[in-house]
Amino acid sequence: MNELTKIAYNCKKATFLIEKKLIGKITLREKMELKMHLAGCTICKTFERQSAVINRMVKELFSNVQKENLKLDEQFKENLQHRLEEELNK
Amino acid sequence: METDKNELTQTKSHECNPRKWVSNYADYLYSYAITRVNDEELARDLIQETFLSALEKIDRFEGRSSESTWLTAILKNKIIDVYRKKSSGLRKIEADVKEQYDTDFFNAEDGHWNDNHRPQVFGIEDYDMLGKKEFNQILKLCMQKLPALWLSVFTMKHMDDEASALICEELKITNANFWVIIHRTKVNLRSCLQKNWL
Repeated sequence: MNELTKIAYNCKKATFLIEKKLIGKITLREKMELKMHLAGCTICKTFERQSAVINRMVKELFSNVQKENLKLDEQFKENLQHRLEEELNK
Repeated sequence: METDKNELTQTKSHECNPRKWVSNYADYLYSYAITRVNDEELARDLIQETFLSALEKIDRFEGRSSESTWLTAILKNKIIDVYRKKSSGLRKIEADVKEQYDTDFFNAEDGHWNDNHRPQVFGIEDYDMLGKKEFNQILKLCMQKLPALWLSVFTMKHMDDEASALICEELKITNANFWVIIHRTKVNLRSCLQKNWL
């Protein structure tokens, strides 16, 4: 098998390139290899779409939790305030 | 011109008032920490440590950034320390996970998808699942199942958009390893979502 045929049939390599492309850079050659693979592999195409969505969801998940503005309980904050005052008055 | 000047005076005038830290920033820093370490106890400790070490180096606060940016940066470093500690003791276990992962997801011979992990369309592709509570719950659970080092890499990349080079440096991994981890994490996470959502 030559190199191109190998990648054309190798889903592990293809999904690796998909990930690399999503958040980094891939070379021209890699782009070509990936394109070839995806032209013939609907499974990895599905993977590609899902992977991008997952990245978006993860980001959204984090920023949502942040927006919810979780609160520390008052007792903890009081103790903490006390601790800081102590340090400041040293 | 006028605006520029104003901005300049404003940036210079960032003040530091430790007596107000708890009431002004504790809740914010807590939510920042909890999303990144997912452990209430640990998050509280980190907040306390952040304030205390901020006090120690308060004379180095130059007012170039706001107080909250400055405190967040200190907290962030503490979180990275946690990641580093968590993942360094686990290299061996993770090497084993790697082995297993490689044969589990793809055929070792030809790199084809193995049956039980093969991607199927399961409803996240075409319409927005964002903000769907149930789905987010599953996403969280699947993330918690990841090995510590993978989750740290993944979190730093996707939550904070850190540069890959910085992540490698902080977590002491090579660039090649970084990409392998990114790949494995995603294959793993996707499979877990599919399994639990379908």
